[in-house]
Amino acid sequence: MSAENQLPATHYLNATSGLRSWLLTLDHKRIGILYLLGVSFFFLLGSAFAMLVRLELLTPQGDLMSPDTYNHMFTMHGIFMVFFFLIPAIPGVLGNFALPIMIGAKDVAFPKLNLLSWYVFMTGGLLTMYGLLTGGVDTGWTFYPPYSSLYSTSAVLPVGIGVFVNGFASILTGVNFMVTVHRMRAPGMTWFRLPLFVWGQYATSLVMVLGTPVVAITLVMLVLERAFHFGFFDAAKGGDPVLFQHLFWFYSHPAVYIMILPSMAVISELIAAFARKRIFGYQAVAFASIGIAVLGFLVWGHHMYVSSQSVYAGVVFSLLTMLVAIPSAVKVFNWTFTLYKGAVALEMPMLYAMGFIGLFVIGGLTGVFLATLGFDVHVHDTYFVVAHFHYVMVGGTIMGYLGGLHYWWPKMTGRMYSPFWGKTSGWLVFVGFNLTFFPQFLLGMQGMPRRYHAYPAEWQVLNVLSTAGASVLGVGFILPVVYFLWSLRAGKIAGPNPWGARGLEWETTSPPPTFNFETPPVVEHEAYDYVTPAEQRAAGSPPAGTH
Amino acid sequence: MSHAEPSALAHQFDSLEQQKESSTLGMWFFLAQEMLFFGGLFVTYLLFRWRDPTAFAAGSHELDILLGGFNTVVLIGSSLTMAMAVHSAQTDKQRQLVGYLVATGALGLVFLVVKYFEYSAKWHHHLVPGAAFHFAEPIGGRAELFFSLYFAMTGMHALHMVIGVAVLAWILARARTGEFGARYYNPVECFGLYWHFVDIVWIFLFPLLYLIGRH
Repeated sequence: MSAENQLPATHYLNATSGLRSWLLTLDHKRIGILYLLGVSFFFLLGSAFAMLVRLELLTPQGDLMSPDTYNHMFTMHGIFMVFFFLIPAIPGVLGNFALPIMIGAKDVAFPKLNLLSWYVFMTGGLLTMYGLLTGGVDTGWTFYPPYSSLYSTSAVLPVGIGVFVNGFASILTGVNFMVTVHRMRAPGMTWFRLPLFVWGQYATSLVMVLGTPVVAITLVMLVLERAFHFGFFDAAKGGDPVLFQHLFWFYSHPAVYIMILPSMAVISELIAAFARKRIFGYQAVAFASIGIAVLGFLVWGHHMYVSSQSVYAGVVFSLLTMLVAIPSAVKVFNWTFTLYKGAVALEMPMLYAMGFIGLFVIGGLTGVFLATLGFDVHVHDTYFVVAHFHYVMVGGTIMGYLGGLHYWWPKMTGRMYSPFWGKTSGWLVFVGFNLTFFPQFLLGMQGMPRRYHAYPAEWQVLNVLSTAGASVLGVGFILPVVYFLWSLRAGKIAGPNPWGARGLEWETTSPPPTFNFETPPVVEHEAYDYVTPAEQRAAGSPPAGTH
Repeated sequence: MSHAEPSALAHQFDSLEQQKESSTLGMWFFLAQEMLFFGGLFVTYLLFRWRDPTAFAAGSHELDILLGGFNTVVLIGSSLTMAMAVHSAQTDKQRQLVGYLVATGALGLVFLVVKYFEYSAKWHHHLVPGAAFHFAEPIGGRAELFFSLYFAMTGMHALHMVIGVAVLAWILARARTGEFGARYYNPVECFGLYWHFVDIVWIFLFPLLYLIGRH
């Protein structure tokens, strides 16, 4: 083996150079890096709006900004975070980088389409930015008509078109990943030898391909309505504003699974790698991903319990929504069972995996509360809902994203970051997150409505706690930027397999060559073929996979 | 491994067969999303037709069934020529391939020209939704929703036709260089899938908008 303390002579990062070689690259790993830059920028933007929202809520009076400005702030926070960070982040960055390597392919099935996806994503983002600079939007990220179609004076058109365009980035990525998994697997890599990360990305792609076009056509209808006065959602013309909600949530509820499924996919990798064990109930976890993707399409009505939907429809949607808890719980239980009697190493990425399990359980269970008709009517549009989906979106998706980024960073760059600062930021994120959002459950139970810039004075203590938490969370998010950048120059050389993990991506160099492998891999083992501590004792040999 | 036509095999694939299977599968996945895309409009149509069938029937009477019927024949004809183009590529008949592709494109353009005349007639009769919309009583403004759907659905279909003709021009240019033949023809085949899909959408649109409710 070549020296552990030096990078390979040529790898995907230095194979070609110059701006052009990046902007016209067809290499899935470089496209992953491009996505990393894009989503990080939009995350920064979304976070800035979140901080302004939390600052305004520091005091009961609306003293920092006008109610109208506040509406813009939470809307732009939602739009940037949902459409330009949460949805593209894990598939775009980690999926693009790792998925082809994990199945032993040279690249995705359609590299040019892959690059096009990134440009479509950035075009959507820039259109939305243009909308932001020409007045922003104040409709909430959900664009509900008739406010968005008839009354709002904000820049609904450019932002709506921006989100529409961005949808095609999702669709193209979904098509690309699905074909890649079907047709590009290395010899011997059967479906049930795929790492669970790949199953999770596949399930995500399914939702992207089948869900996104519906919100796309819905936004087209909204644009036609607003620009040319078509009447789909205008009750005065015989249209129906609730139809918009049906169509919107037909995508936007599955979109929640576009955000959480890839994160769960990352967690499976982390748990196996740092428990040094095959995931307990591999097939159940794999099918749970598909189960969540399918069930996700049957639950959109739970957003509309109070939107004139019939009570019977509400009951059916309530039951179907509760069903989603089953495959989700299958995953959580199986991860926990995997830890049992595993050789658990609390390395940096594992902190995020553990954090994910705890926070996702809270987010998921409160989802079952909200699926329950009577309870939902009580807390509808309160901070309870806000806290619930932030536990899933931030506690789930972002924890998984950061965990995956820390796990594959040495593979992406060939260098290690500081474990001390990594763990510090992991703890800051965990503590800051809970401090931000747990008080919001309490506020919601007490009836504090979402999307208001002012509130009665008795809720101030909890709101101050929440804002304080957001500041801690902010520091936790900034630290990785610093130590990741630092690692590029001064980080320790990682070597091909710094974690002692199993999987094809750890068998190639760090960073990998442009076509991923020096010799095309042939797969002869199940995924996660770790040797358990008991087996090691029996064999009397040192732990497998470690250096 | 043969290197007779190295340009046909993209770097990420191991064989032409893998490449062909991948692009065909990708096209089918893409068409699945297209179905859902149009699906949103079809659901909207279903809802509003069910709510106000008389207004829809009255709106339907204002459409030109002759032009619509003519266009249906044109499109079905173009699907035939497209299928023949794919067949010609598979059987290495270069001259026929180019001829059928030209015919397909020409029929597509005929469809769009007829559509243009239909749209402009609606414009002159104040049947375009918006401030200028006017429809005879007793239906009056209730017909606006029908025309909103008419323009959204046929407009989205026409947009797919425009994109189709543009891509066809590119396929044609490549076909003229002799790039396609029995060994490598999947771009022609995949484009054919798209073209047939757009044709089938029209096969649904024509009865829904022009025929149902006409007595």
